[in-house]
Amino acid sequence: MKSTITLAFAGIMTVGWASQAHSEDYITLASTTSTENSGLFDAIVPLFEQATGIEVRVVAVGTGQAFEIARRGDADSLLVHDTAGEKTFVENGYATERADVMVNDFVLIGPASDPAGIADAQNAAEAFADIAEVEAPFTSRGDDSGTHRAELRLWDEASVTPEGDWYRELGSGMGPTLNTAAAMGAYVMSDRATWVAFENPQHLTLLFEGDDVLFNQYGSLLLSKARYPHLKRDLAEQWHQWLLSDEGQQAIAAFEVEGQPLFFPNAQ
Amino acid sequence: MPQETNAFFVAISLLLSGDAALMSIVALSLKVSLVAVLVAAVLGFPLGAAVALWRFPGRGVVVVTLNALMGLPPVVAGLCVYLLLSRAGPLGEWGLLFTPAAMVIAQVVLVLPILAALSRQKVEELLGEYREQLVSLGMSRLRMMPTLLWDARFALLTVLLAGFGRASAEVGAVMMVGGNIDGVTRVMTSAIVLETSKGNLPLALGLGMVLLTLVMLINAAAYVIGEMARRRMG
Repeated sequence: MKSTITLAFAGIMTVGWASQAHSEDYITLASTTSTENSGLFDAIVPLFEQATGIEVRVVAVGTGQAFEIARRGDADSLLVHDTAGEKTFVENGYATERADVMVNDFVLIGPASDPAGIADAQNAAEAFADIAEVEAPFTSRGDDSGTHRAELRLWDEASVTPEGDWYRELGSGMGPTLNTAAAMGAYVMSDRATWVAFENPQHLTLLFEGDDVLFNQYGSLLLSKARYPHLKRDLAEQWHQWLLSDEGQQAIAAFEVEGQPLFFPNAQ
Repeated sequence: MPQETNAFFVAISLLLSGDAALMSIVALSLKVSLVAVLVAAVLGFPLGAAVALWRFPGRGVVVVTLNALMGLPPVVAGLCVYLLLSRAGPLGEWGLLFTPAAMVIAQVVLVLPILAALSRQKVEELLGEYREQLVSLGMSRLRMMPTLLWDARFALLTVLLAGFGRASAEVGAVMMVGGNIDGVTRVMTSAIVLETSKGNLPLALGLGMVLLTLVMLINAAAYVIGEMARRRMG
């Protein structure tokens, strides 16, 4: 029975995909929706592929799920944004290397009428406290993504426990959360890249930005060769190094949406 | 321009432009779903016929299970196949996760119960009609299986289409095991999810219309083939 099934699948693979010409040299990169949705990968990955001949297959998910994919040995490299989580990941031995690649920032989006008056807030914590005080609707990612983790840290900083009818945990990616916020006229925290590239803002507008705590660091991680011997470590290493190289860093800096740079390279 | 009208123009221009990226997405969608339905048919029709023909202990449980699995949520199927094919899973060595083959496997899991359950029902109906003739011909159950399946072929064509509809319309399973990788595992439904998440609703809706058009064409083709065959057979 088992051999029949194996044969059937072998059949599928040869019949169906022999025709599809893909290079054997590829890596699977687990990354976040912000980098994919903003179009960053469309801009920089072809440059890397041209330089090295290595194809990069991007699986774009929340940072929490990206860690899980890598932990199970299903990705060759990670590009995520949760520095604390990344360091723990390295400490636990799943990854052996981590490096800063680039930053962007979080921005607070809300209805143009701004019922909580966060546009005048002195800092991000005050803006969050203002929203909680008037219990204005707020949509949270609620999906253990890097953005969700950062949002929870900010509530903590504002000494607010976000709960109640006004606080909606959606369990969705950044884009769907923005769609919901637009439909509800709710406040929402977004990374700038997804917001600028987002095409369905309706009455939402950018209300608060610029506080240092809204700084959003992206890191690249290389998985442990000892723990995951089947991974394409050599190819992943080339990608990792390219991101940190002058060429990679310039490609990131050159990426713009509507004339606005969205990611700022900051490799050491 | 209202968004919905806009989407209509997007759909038309997408179809007319023959955009290479779109065509490869459409081709992959069709390839994955058609292969999945074929594999499911090869396994599911004999299974359905066997359950209809043989009496064995626990048969009721099998029938109920097959019927219930017709409603298996795609994400659950996706999650199970994901855990199976992940490097940390029992079939991890095959290295199939995030490939089209993984998507086919997930869709087979979704479609197989539909094909098996519905073909069981059709064959059982026919068996009720023809049992005496078949027995008087001295046919064994094993010999009855192809005869009854062949006799039910027009009904089974509709069953195949139901399976294809399920496969081409679902997104939860292919997204989870395929990863929606651009140019490798991105299909129509996962492209629609992606464009929706970018807030590009007209393009998402336009892609939806393209998908619907394709499904219509396939159903129309099946209808015409069925009618022609029926007329020829009398």
